[in-house]
Parts: sequence; structure tokens; C-alpha cells
Amino acid sequence: MHELSIAMGIVEAATEEAQRRGVQVSAVHLRLGALSGVVKDALLFSYEVAREDTPLAGSKLIVEDVPVVILCPRCNENKTLISLQSFTCPDCGTPTMNIVRGKELEVFALEVEDEEVSK
Amino acid sequence: MTEPRLVEVRRNVLKQNDVIARALREQFRSAGVFVVSLVSSPGSGKTTFLEKVLTQLQPHYRVAALVGDLATENDAVRLARSKAPVKQITTGTLCHLEAAMVQNALQGWELNQLDYLFMENVGNLVCPSSYDLGESLRLVLMSVTEGEDKPLKYPTIFNSSDVAVITKNELAAAVEFDWETARKSIEAVRPGMQIFRLSAKTGEGMQGFQDFLAQRLAEHRAVAHT
Repeated sequence: MHELSIAMGIVEAATEEAQRRGVQVSAVHLRLGALSGVVKDALLFSYEVAREDTPLAGSKLIVEDVPVVILCPRCNENKTLISLQSFTCPDCGTPTMNIVRGKELEVFALEVEDEEVSK
Repeated sequence: MTEPRLVEVRRNVLKQNDVIARALREQFRSAGVFVVSLVSSPGSGKTTFLEKVLTQLQPHYRVAALVGDLATENDAVRLARSKAPVKQITTGTLCHLEAAMVQNALQGWELNQLDYLFMENVGNLVCPSSYDLGESLRLVLMSVTEGEDKPLKYPTIFNSSDVAVITKNELAAAVEFDWETARKSIEAVRPGMQIFRLSAKTGEGMQGFQDFLAQRLAEHRAVAHT
């Protein structure tokens, strides 16, 4: 279970970005690849712990699942894998390790509000 | 109250680890040391396998090992019997090694005095897959007693590894290990992966693995010098 340290990394990255922009974060959008090695439910749970006592305390974590996309050498096209148990082109069955997407673990956007001047 | 808006940031959460791992990889490349990391479930026989590999390589090459363990130093003590320099990284409650731990552990080491460095990760088939350690080769190990479908249950770690070793082959008949099913499972999650079937206990298949390492070291140095 390494999701807690990943969640802390997310909070840290988002806090830095928010401070640089002088904004308050209401939600963190994360891209999570199927090959990232991170379990989504465990991460969502860990986020609730990691955000406590930080500027992100009231924020939500919104996870966008990224499936594995391979470049099929035979079809010469990007294809989405049907399952992690079979690294083969879903259309022609050619095995491949040309992984185009699916390893993401990326904070890609923040939902923010400008910090109130009166504070 | 202002309206919430969306700002794009695009930050890799593991960037810090990846930056250190890249620096380590460059350090290993320029020192000419071939670095193998080992991952497996607890109890697969990583330490026995590594002890055998170190013992075999030791008379011919300059070898060393780092070993990650949650709490004890037992593995380091066992590996030290090979006479190779061994350093323990006690991870505490952490279930995997991270690049920064490797970097700290290697402080003061003269890497250019080494041919091979082995890094034994914590026994875990889930967490280590997310962390690049700068290794030249990631080796996933499973034993014949674990069941042929292990790769299908843990596709991410098998997919992120470069080579597979199936150990405890001396027990294959007793547990009716189906080699073909295991091979197909690995091929399904990691097409083209090279697989070594061996017994660290009897020594069966160990020479083939050693020859493979020698070839990879030569290739590694050929690339490093171009």
C-alpha cells in the first residue's frame, strides 16, 4: 500500500501550484493510468487523510482513469487494450509492447477560486 | 465569491523520484556498472537466488548488492556470505524502494570499481512497479510453488519488468508446475519477455543466467562508450 505517499505527493504538488498562482484549490484532477501501479479506491481514501491540515483540506480528488493504449505494429494505429491480461491488439491479435498511454500519474488540472483579498 | 475555474498544471506526481532515477541511471552508465533490480512476492526466493548469483559472479567480476527489507537485516547477513559488499536499506513501514533511498545508500561508493550492482526490492508485487530506481534491468522473480497465473494477477509488475526468472525448479514436479501455462501467462502480459527457468538450490540453469548477464554487461558498456 503506497497510495498514502502518492496522495501526499499529489497534495504537495497541487499546493505548490496553487501558491504560485495565489489561488485556492477546490478540486484536483488526476490522470491515473491503468499501468501506474496505483489503486484508485485506495488513493481516494488516502487523499482524505493526506489533505488534512493542508491548504487543500477542503478539496476533492477527481480521478480520470486512463486505459492502456498501444500502437499496433500491424494495423499501424493506436488501439485501446481490452484487458491488462492481454497485451495484444484488440482487432488483429498482434502482441505488442509499444505502450503509448497508461502509465500516467499526473496532476493535470486544478479547480481553483481566487483567494479573497480580505483574508 | 468568485466562480471556480479550471487551470491546467500537468505535473507528474512521481517527478521527484523520476528525476533522481534519471540521475542515477546516468551515474551508472558513466561508471560502466550494470544494475539489476529484483522484484518478487515475499518468499519467492529472491535472497537465495541473489546469494547464488553473487557467489557465482564474485570470482570473476566486481559485484555488490543493496537489499531493501522492512525491518530486519537477515537478508543482508545472508547475502554477505557471498563475500560481496552488501548494504541494507531498512525501509521501515514502506513497502518499496524509492530512488532517493538508493541514492543515499550509494553515497561514498566508488561505482566505477564495480561491474554489477544488484538491488533487491522489498518483497511485494504491487508497489515497486511505480518507482524507477535507475536500474539497467528489472528482473521479476516467481517460484514454481506460486502458481502459473501469478503474472495475470500482477500484470503491472510483470509488464514493467525486463526479464523473468522462475525459480525453485527442483520442486516443479512435486507441485505439478505447468511450464507452458506459466510461459503463456507471462507472454500475455509482457510479450517477448525473456524467461529463465532455474533452481538456485541445485544450480540448474544458473550458468545460462550468468551468461545472459555477461552479455548484457558487454552491451551496456559498448553503449556507454559510444
